[in-house]
Parts: sequence; C-alpha cells; structure tokens
Amino acid sequence: MKDQHDMRGPGGGVSRRAFLKGSSAAAAATAMATGAGIAEADDKQTAVLGPEPSTISLNINGKSEQVKAEPRTTLLEVLRFQLNLTGAKPVSVDGSSGASTVLIDNKPAAANIMLAVDCVGKAIRTVESLGGDKPDAVPVAFVHNDAMQCGFCTPGFVVAMRSFLDKNPQATEAEIRQGLNGNLCRCGTYANVIQAALEVVKGGSRG
Amino acid sequence: MAKYSWPKRGTSALIDSSQDRIDGLEKATGAAKYSYDINPPRVLIARALGCPNAHCKIKSYDSSAAEKIRGVVKVVPMKKVGDEVRWQGDLVACVAGESEGAVAEGLAALKIEYELILDANGKVDVFVNEEDLGAAEAAGRTGKGGQSVQLEKEAPEGTNEDEFANQEIERLLKESAAVVKGYYGIQAITHMCLEPHGSTCLWDGDKLTANLSTQNVSGTPGQFAAPLGITAGDVTVHCDFIGGGFGSKFAADTWGVLAAQMAKETGRPVKLMLDRDVELKTAGCRPSGFINVTVGADKDGVVKVWDSVHWGTNGATAGGVGQGVIPYVFDPKNRRRVATTVVTNTSPSRAWRAPNHPQAAAMTQVAYDDIAAKLQLDSYDVFMRNLPSVSNGKADVYADQMKVAAKLMDWKAKWHAHGKGAAKGSIVSGLGMAIHTWGGGGHGSTCNCKVHPDGAVEVFLGSQDLGTGTRTCIAMVAADTFGLPLDKVKVNIGSSKYPPSGPSGGSTTIGGVSESTRRATTDALVKIFDLVAKKLSVDATKLEAKGGRIQVAGDATKGLSWKEACSLLGMMPLDVKATFTRADDNHLSSSQVGGVQMAEVEVDRDTGIVRMKKFVAVQDMGTIINRKTAKSQIYGAVIMGIAYALFEERIMDPVSGAFLNAEIATYALPRLGDIGEIVIELYEPDSEYNRGVVGLGEPPVISPGAAISNAVCNALGVRVPVLPMTSKRVLDAIEKGRKA
Repeated sequence: MKDQHDMRGPGGGVSRRAFLKGSSAAAAATAMATGAGIAEADDKQTAVLGPEPSTISLNINGKSEQVKAEPRTTLLEVLRFQLNLTGAKPVSVDGSSGASTVLIDNKPAAANIMLAVDCVGKAIRTVESLGGDKPDAVPVAFVHNDAMQCGFCTPGFVVAMRSFLDKNPQATEAEIRQGLNGNLCRCGTYANVIQAALEVVKGGSRG
Repeated sequence: MAKYSWPKRGTSALIDSSQDRIDGLEKATGAAKYSYDINPPRVLIARALGCPNAHCKIKSYDSSAAEKIRGVVKVVPMKKVGDEVRWQGDLVACVAGESEGAVAEGLAALKIEYELILDANGKVDVFVNEEDLGAAEAAGRTGKGGQSVQLEKEAPEGTNEDEFANQEIERLLKESAAVVKGYYGIQAITHMCLEPHGSTCLWDGDKLTANLSTQNVSGTPGQFAAPLGITAGDVTVHCDFIGGGFGSKFAADTWGVLAAQMAKETGRPVKLMLDRDVELKTAGCRPSGFINVTVGADKDGVVKVWDSVHWGTNGATAGGVGQGVIPYVFDPKNRRRVATTVVTNTSPSRAWRAPNHPQAAAMTQVAYDDIAAKLQLDSYDVFMRNLPSVSNGKADVYADQMKVAAKLMDWKAKWHAHGKGAAKGSIVSGLGMAIHTWGGGGHGSTCNCKVHPDGAVEVFLGSQDLGTGTRTCIAMVAADTFGLPLDKVKVNIGSSKYPPSGPSGGSTTIGGVSESTRRATTDALVKIFDLVAKKLSVDATKLEAKGGRIQVAGDATKGLSWKEACSLLGMMPLDVKATFTRADDNHLSSSQVGGVQMAEVEVDRDTGIVRMKKFVAVQDMGTIINRKTAKSQIYGAVIMGIAYALFEERIMDPVSGAFLNAEIATYALPRLGDIGEIVIELYEPDSEYNRGVVGLGEPPVISPGAAISNAVCNALGVRVPVLPMTSKRVLDAIEKGRKA
C-alpha cells in the first residue's frame, strides 16, 4: 500500500511524535479508519504515516467522513478543503484568535493547531452542527442580539459560547465576561456577545 | 411633495425599526462564504513570502529547490533581482501548491539572498522611530506637511506675516490666564482584518472571476484587467461576505492580480490569502501622530490661542495626519498649525476608519482637557465653553449631546478635579470626554429593481456589506416602499456585474444605497400604481402600498393584494433602475454629524493597568434605517477605540526595522472581558429623522482615544501623553509626575 511507509522508509523525513502502533501497516490503517483503540494494539511493529497522504476516518458532526491527510495536515485544512465546512476560520498561527474553534469530545479546541490524524476516534463538532432547519439557541441569540458584524470571528465565538454555556448554563454576566476571552473580535461585537449569552441563559435552552 | 421621501416618522413598520440582519444566521452558523472560504474544485493554495529585512536589495533568487518539493505547483518571484525593499514584509515571492504543508515546505525551500542597505556608519539604513522628531530630522526623514495660520488681527501693511504671527501668538499667550505646553501622541496601528487580504481567482476561458475580499466590488475589475491584458468587462469581482476591511481593502492589490495570473498559467483556481504576519506588515496600517503644542486660555478655560507642530508617518511614502484637522473640531480664532511628514521603513498606510480624525482628537482634545486640569475646572465646563469655536456649525448639537451624555454618565456626581479623587487602595478613577465630527454623505449608487408578475421582488446593487448590515438595510428600504414584509425582498449585492455603487469607505454606503434603493423601488411602485389605478378605475395618486396590498389610502376595500397587483404586469417583470449621485438635490440623505463620548476608567497606580469602567456614546446620524445595526456600529466603534486607547500598537525594532508583534498573540487587542459597561444613546430629535440618512461607521470611533486619555489624566492628575496607555506608559507618567 502506497499510503504506508516503514519508519525509515523513503522520504521519511516527516514524522510525528504520536506513532500509531499496530501489528502491521494494514492493521494500523484499519485502526485509523475505525478509530479502534490504538492503545490496545500490541507494539511488535510500528507503522508510521506519511509523508504521503493516508485515508483516515473522522467523526464529524455525527457522521463518519473519509478524508485524505498527511501527518502534517491540520484538522482545519481537512474541514475547509475536503468537507466544505468553512465555518471554522484560519486567523492566527497559534489558535490565539479562537476563530477556528471546534469541539473535540465536547472540549473547545483550535482546529488550526490540531493535526487531523490526532482526531481519529474523537467526536468532532463544528459550528455547522448548530445550524440547519432548527438552529441551536446560541446562533439564534447571536442573530437576535446582533452579536456579529463582519462575522469572521462569529462561528468560533458561537462554538466557544455553546461549550461555555453547556458547562455554565446559569452563568452570570460577570462569569460571561470572565469566561469568553479566548475569541478575538476586531469589529467590536463583545457588548452584543455578552447580551447574546445572557439571552441564552435566560431562555435556559441547551443545544 | 418631493418625488422621493421617507415615511413620516413613526408610520413605517420597517424604517427606523430594529431588525435582525437577514444574513445573520448564515454568519452565525458558518454557512456564509467569505473569499477565504471559496474552494472551487482543484483549487491551489498560494502563500506569499514577506521580505525579512526592512531595507535591502534582492541579491539573488533561486526557486529551483522549492519547485521540486512534492505538491508545489508554481513558484513566482514578486521582486526582481536588484529591486529595493523598503519595509519588512513587502512581498518577494509566492508559492502555490496542493496543500498548506506543501506550500509551507516550498516557501522554506526558496533561496533568496538579500543585501542589506547600510548607512554611513555601517548599520542597516532604517528609520522606524517616528515618535522622535529630532531623530527623524537628523536622519533626513522629515518633510513639510503643510501649515495654516489664522489670526483675529490682520498683519499691518508691510510687516512680515510670519514675524507678525510670532508676535501675536506670543502676546496672546502672555495674556492667557493659563498656558499648557503639551506633548501628545498616538502610535501607528494596523487594520488587523480577521480575514486577511486576498482572493480566490478562477478563469472560464478568457473570463476571470475574482472572489476578492473587498470593500469595493464595483471599482476593482479594472484593477485586475489592466495588468492582465483583458478588459474590465471580462472580470467579475465577487464578494458576498468580507471579514473586515476598515478602509484597507479598496484595491485588487499586487497579490490579487498575481492570484489571477497564477490561475491563468496553471489552468487551476488559485487562492492567495496573506499570512497573518504579512497582513499586518504590508496590507494596512494607520499613520501615527505626535504633537508639540502651546495653548493659551482665559480663566474660564476658553482657548484663545493655539500653536502646534505635529508629525507622523504614512510609512515608506511621505505623509501623515494633515494639518486641516488640528486642533480637532475646535477652531480657535487665533491658531497656527504646522504639519511635518516623516518617512519610515514601514508599509504605506491605508485609510483606517475615519482617516486622521482619531489621531487628531487624541493629539488635541487632550490639550483642552489639560487646560481644565491646570485651572482645576470641570472638563465638562471647559468643553462646553469652547463649543462656540467648533468648525462645523454644530455647537448646539454638541451642547445638547453633552447634556444627554453627562446624565447617562452621572458626570456631575462623579466628577472630581484632576488627580483629586479619593483612592481605593492603589485604584483611582476618573472621567474624560471628547467630541467628534464626520461627513458621511452617501456615495453614488445605482439600484436595479425587478418586480416579477408573481410578486417576487429583487434588487441588485454592486455594493458590499462590510458587516455594517448594508444587506439588511437595503431590504428594509425596498420592503418599506412596497409595503411588504422584509423577507419578501431578495437583495443581491457583492458582484461587480450588478449596477455600480461606490466603495464602502468614509461612512458613505448607507446614504448611497438607501438613496438608490428608495428611488428605484419608488419608480417601480409608481408603475404598479398606474396599472392598479387603471384596473380599479381609481386615481393612481391616491394609492398606497401597505400591509401587502396596493389600495386607496384610507379605504382598504378598494385595492388589490400585492400578488394580484403584480399579475397586472403580464408576462414580463418590471425592471427599473435609478441612480443617485452626490451632486443630486435630495431629501433622502444628508451629511455631517457630531457626537459626544465620555469615559470612566479605573487606574491602578501600582501596576499601571487601566480598566474601562463605563463608556457613554451619544451619536446623531440623521434618519436611522435599522436601529439594531446602527447601535452595533457604535458599540463596535467604541470597542475599537478602547483598543487603540489602551491596547494596540505596532511595535518596531529601531535597529533592524522589524515589526516585532505582527501576530495575533502579540498584537494586543481587548477581549470580551476588557470593555466595561458601554451605554449607547442614539441622538434623534425629529430634526435628525427629517434630514435624511447619514453614515455612521466612522464617527463613533474617533473620540475614544481622547476621552479615555482624559479620564486617565483625571484619575491620576498626570497626563499619559502617548496612546496606547499601556501599563509601562502609565507608570512612566506617574514617575515623571512624582519627580515634577
């Protein structure tokens, strides 16, 4: 299989710390594709991914998606270029803007500093999961309180708020001002974002 | 009666109401597609490399290794060998490839040698410390930026005018009850659009579609066409959503044209968005401004004489804050103002929300506040007493707005003389205010309105929604004209193939698009009235469009539903175009606003940290279309103002000319927890509603720097002269005050 290389295989300059362990390259591929527990696999042999892209399976918004990823491919690149999920935005090099925020196993994470292969076996939720015919209370409150201007930071903010309010459904204004500082907005929507959060708390709605 | 008009105040379900933006859910759920988000099949990712040096020549260029990288498809130099580079981040080469990783590898494999340009001492010939006027002069970096002298007394015949001005200013200062010699300034900042500049370009034969992140869809096709050797008619510029512009995105830019070129040469779509650091280093910044001023006032704090020299930089091209805005809004009868330009090794500036005004306010209204401090007067009284000298004829509006703002701030109860407030531990609090002005008249705009026989309504404008809510306002205007609910109008903007509208800058959009949309929809309605009048044998001039019906005013039984009325059109849709130009006599839009802002801060004397406690913004804007998005503009402007007052600045290394904080993590900006309480008051007596629509984007962003600086000064009793008021600058000012 062209996708798998020996640890010291040709062009093996690209490697990563999180080695995928399996009894064979094929097993590794299966483990990746199914998200089966990697830790349980024996360590007789070690398969290394890359530098060529491999097909991996990611659980995104409740659906299993087959994508191609090199070891260095970020989750954000996969979302945006292969799955047309462009809600999460590339803004900073290090995740400090919060614009690429997604939920990984229900925890907010910056998709632009996550490697796609590290997300195998995890539940990834993007802002698009909060839309559709019956949008979540958080984006609805963003609209109602006009908590957006250019809107480029908004999807990341929405995901971060959904996560924050899931953990703090009765958050006070002071807690909201304390708890949502991971997302940068340039247009200056913070005052409206605070109101949106308060509206969700008041409505008691959970996504 | 005017041919075109707004509904009488209070009679419309839409105009002057609060509406959710019609594209809000798209934005909030990630469905909105920005230029960055458009990924046609087989799209190549391109990234441009910024020069690491601030002043050098390209010595050699070798892309052979980069071209061999797996996944790299195209490598293009953006400078020639021998070209001079004058600021760090100026683009030197571009790599396009199959993936972000491949492009990153390709960029790293580029071999470009640079020859630093040295001065006589063998050091890199850079100058970036524009704050230091003496150093700028010594480095030969200064130029004349214009000057203006205004004196009550005329120079006697035969006297030298300059000498007379010197004498007069000296005399007036001597006669003044209080004289302040001040130094103030404001550092350069960037635009920091969260969506960087760039485009996704693709060709269909000889036709180019440029999905450009732009404030100027109608004005950019020609900028692509000329260098590509095609006509503007062969170019479609498309931008449904833009992730921030703030004045920096009016052009196709070299990198936009390059994306189109690369797409042509590779036969594949190309996406070229600037990297964050390059975005900050090369794609937009606001000029700095610094001033030395001597002000004389009478015992009541009324300024009698102003004498200033100010300087600042546009970057590598000469310029800076012009002399015309000094002192800001106030224009005392005796004043001399001199502007000096400084050339630095930084990227040329671009228009930044209310060009020159925020700097002018922050350089001059602080001096008015220092007069109050010196005389131990209430700053409010000093601003009020100086209102007769405002240059825009709005003294009464300011006076009224000041009263409203003071009430909302509870100014009188909170006021203490500068530096005389009670401290809570190391925390002192203070109040400050400032006033501003802006034009905001509408730009030229054409609207095409189509009404279909089935009742569908579409409007088309080559405009764009920067996030101000333009799309929603257009829908509100059109729906109001036809008496329809908001969701019955389809708004089409964001394409250069639609009838042209001006670029969205200078707060000109809302005036322009509401004028053209009202005109086109009114013209269309008149035609529909004619058909209905004929059908029902009634007088067309007696008809109204209300509640989804065309009916005789005051008699709902005589009328047709909107759908029935439109069916009278027959087979073909009604297609009407109307144009507004600035020269038009009109009743729908206006220009010139004032605005008053007040800040309350807490300053920790031990740490130098300034916290926003409360901010009040009172703003006039003529007829309001959408109250909700209007308020958002003011909230946003105030928060942007807090940013440049307390957080953000471009930090340059004076030795290398490197831009040291060109990443999100190091370029300080306020977060949600930093803004305090913000109170917005729309100033809207009937005279405002009746004068027509005025743009709102710029005015409220002007005053925060001065207002917050004045509040910090009121708290501490010493001036922190330069913005942003970082803890270091605050502690330095406290220390200096202690020594003095």
